[in-house]
Amino acid sequence: MTPRRSVILDLCVQAEFHTLLLLSLYLLFAGHNQPGGGFAGGLVASCAFGLRYVAGGSSALSRSISIPATTFLGVGMLFAILTGCVSLLTGHEFLESAIFSADLMVLGTVKTSSVLFFDIGVYLVVLGMALLLLEQLGGADGTDPDEVQP
Amino acid sequence: MFVLILAFGCVAAVLPALAARIGRGVFYVAAAVPAAAFIWGVGAYGQIADSGPLIEQAAWVPQLGLTLGLRFDGFAFLMLSLVAGIGVLVFIYAGSYFHAEPIIGRFAATLLLFSGSMVGLVLADNLLALFLFWELTSITSYLLISIEDEKTAARSGAMQALLITGMGGLAMLGGFVLLGEAAGTYSMAELLARPPSGAVVNVALVLVLIGAFTKSAQVPFHSWLPRAMNAPTPVSSYLHSATMVTAGVYLVARFTPAFADYSLWRPLVISFGLASMLIGAYRSLRQHDLKLLLAYGTISQLGLMMLLFGVGTKESIFAGCTLLLAHGIFKAALFMLVGIIDHQSKTRDLRKLDRLGAQWPVVAAAAGVVAASMAGIPPLFGFIAKEEALGALGETGFAWGVPVLIGVVIGSSFTVAYSARFVWGAFGPRPVSMIPHQGSVRNEAVGQQVPKPSKMFLAPVVVLAALTLLFGLFPSLIDPVIARAYASLVGVRAEDHLALWPGFTQALALSAVAIGAGFALFWWRLRVEKLQDSMPKVASAQRGYDRTVKGLLEGADAVTGFVQHGSLPIYLGVILLTMIVLPGVPLLSDGVMPDLWFADSPMQVVVGFIMIVCACAAAVARRRFAAVLLVGAVGYGMAALFVIQGAPDLAITQLLIETLGVGVFVLAFRHLPADFVRPKFRRSQGAQIAIALLAGVFVFLFTLFAIGARTEPSISGEYLDKAYSEAGGNNVVNVIVVDFRGFDTMGEIVVLAVAALGVAALVRAKRSPAEVEP
Repeated sequence: MTPRRSVILDLCVQAEFHTLLLLSLYLLFAGHNQPGGGFAGGLVASCAFGLRYVAGGSSALSRSISIPATTFLGVGMLFAILTGCVSLLTGHEFLESAIFSADLMVLGTVKTSSVLFFDIGVYLVVLGMALLLLEQLGGADGTDPDEVQP
Repeated sequence: MFVLILAFGCVAAVLPALAARIGRGVFYVAAAVPAAAFIWGVGAYGQIADSGPLIEQAAWVPQLGLTLGLRFDGFAFLMLSLVAGIGVLVFIYAGSYFHAEPIIGRFAATLLLFSGSMVGLVLADNLLALFLFWELTSITSYLLISIEDEKTAARSGAMQALLITGMGGLAMLGGFVLLGEAAGTYSMAELLARPPSGAVVNVALVLVLIGAFTKSAQVPFHSWLPRAMNAPTPVSSYLHSATMVTAGVYLVARFTPAFADYSLWRPLVISFGLASMLIGAYRSLRQHDLKLLLAYGTISQLGLMMLLFGVGTKESIFAGCTLLLAHGIFKAALFMLVGIIDHQSKTRDLRKLDRLGAQWPVVAAAAGVVAASMAGIPPLFGFIAKEEALGALGETGFAWGVPVLIGVVIGSSFTVAYSARFVWGAFGPRPVSMIPHQGSVRNEAVGQQVPKPSKMFLAPVVVLAALTLLFGLFPSLIDPVIARAYASLVGVRAEDHLALWPGFTQALALSAVAIGAGFALFWWRLRVEKLQDSMPKVASAQRGYDRTVKGLLEGADAVTGFVQHGSLPIYLGVILLTMIVLPGVPLLSDGVMPDLWFADSPMQVVVGFIMIVCACAAAVARRRFAAVLLVGAVGYGMAALFVIQGAPDLAITQLLIETLGVGVFVLAFRHLPADFVRPKFRRSQGAQIAIALLAGVFVFLFTLFAIGARTEPSISGEYLDKAYSEAGGNNVVNVIVVDFRGFDTMGEIVVLAVAALGVAALVRAKRSPAEVEP
């Protein structure tokens, strides 16, 4: 028996998907001062892709993202480690943070910290992990037993 | 000096890419680095003549008081000129030895890395730095032996070399730590200037000697060296004759002035050295593979060097330095010759090679010179070295001096015999040996129409042959270098001087005896072979190694079989029981019950009640899917409690994790039956239920007691204060995660990534068993 695709779920997910990704980015960047952060942001993004999977199966998942999950893992780790190394190279302790502020004219003063890059690394690793699990356990290579027929 | 060592690594890094463009020209590029090292060494040699050893230091791990110290003195110069000088020649040689094989980039890079490690080894003053370079040479040696990784023999030979020298290296590290702690310094120069005393030093010295013996292939650890001959010949010529295997000798030479008078030092070093010299030379007489012949010869020569340094008298140390240099020169050349023969005629079996000498007069002449130097025949440098050795051993003044001297003379006569066997076998007419061919190899002669080696191929050999002749005829050329090496070991100026004609001495007579006996052994070589055949087979080191490795693997199998029996209930039971018992006992005896209160708000009561109901329902649920949803509901309840307590960050994370967790569970559960398997109640399940209940009660109690166990004020106040002032963030949870405890987070995301990859690998392995089965 092949489960059929739910039109309602499909449309809802299409409407939500990009909003969720935007929310995840918001959480990532707001994290230092408001609730959120790389971990929560990464999880929201993972949920977005999870929804894609639930609605359309692994083919929908692989259509919505062409970068392999392991790349996310690798790039995320690289971000985190390089952040640490940059502070090491500038004569500080590993991962010691530095605070930058920039005056963006109309947009006002933006203040950020070098840990943002570290947080981006966390975000990417979490997202990569979730994508990898969805791919592997869900069977993105076409062996998915529950593959949803459009 | 640091720059010098780093240069090796930096150039090595670009060699593979370069090899893809310029092919084997890459070897000539690589040769420039040891050439630069050699030139630097010569320049620095002038400096140390005026102002003592050069010392460079850099902080390594300042928190542990570790300093990376390098020290360049006379003995280091002797070793450096061997490593760098022969290195240049080996790279030039390799340029002709290889064609356009795809491995040459990797090969040249690894060989250069080895070269750099070896330079580091001879320059290192800090014992731990020495160990580091020592292990680097072992690892690069492993990579170089197995460079042709499609050959099984190369792979297993490489593994054997790594296991044996690596084991010795670990023992040596233990010895270094004991010595360093006893002396209060890890600087070799300081340690040797003020050697520590006590029983621990004897233990340390034995450990250090194990390292030296394994590295220098001394009996009974020698079995790796013949098997390392599976490497390409430039490797054998460089690592396994001239440089790396002398690292053990180098260490003994450094230590001997300070430690020779300790009770164990002389007996150990002399007996192992002499045994290696005799056994190596004896076995060498039987080899028909030219490379193996030389390998056993190397074991023998290393034994002699070991012995000379181990004796530790001034004359013997002087002789040891001379032999170190002489051996490096002639042995590297001999290996290169074998490589040439092998390369041109596709065999190195002396039973097949026939009258190559007639076709290749230059090669044969060079071979004659270097082999005669190995045999200790005047007027070559090897003769001078052997004279020095025999002279030094003749006047030790120890009771065991005479038997050792006799042993060395016997060993030298073997050396003469196998040197003659080498030259005659490679270049002279057959038959050299009666040893029958095994398998399907036909006894055909190789010797007609062998293409001549190119001039570039031959040049390094000729250079080395010329050197051994030059230093033999004019020993005063090299005498100052040896004298300075000696002086930096012993601390006083050398009284000895190298001379070609020392007059009619005991040493000269013994030399004559050894040469005469050696030629006699060679003349009656067929009878000697028969005699060797009739000897009973004694324990072979190779078999010992094989048995040790096999025993180790079987032991590991047995342990794994006992610990990892594969029953999930038992694994879980053991883990949970450990968790209950270990913290549980102190908890019941010393735990403090905190003050309890009912609730902060009515909402907590409602949410808590829902969570309890869901948890109970999850425990008795029949369907897996229902159980997962109920567990998820408990998690959502937890998130609600966080919200009530005013912790939005935790609530968000908890909520998301639960959502994703339920999703992943559902994915995983598709592969399992929808319902839990419910077998009939058995007695063994009683224990399982008891453990499960105990674990639940334990976690409950543990959490309670943990709240009551606080003795110090909470750290959260400080975090709250510093979050904005020091890290510029208002969200203290995020500041803790990415800044205050950034290192923890780093570890966590690594774990996350590794776990994800692990799950992926497991799923994939299950999906296609045919592809993962070997």
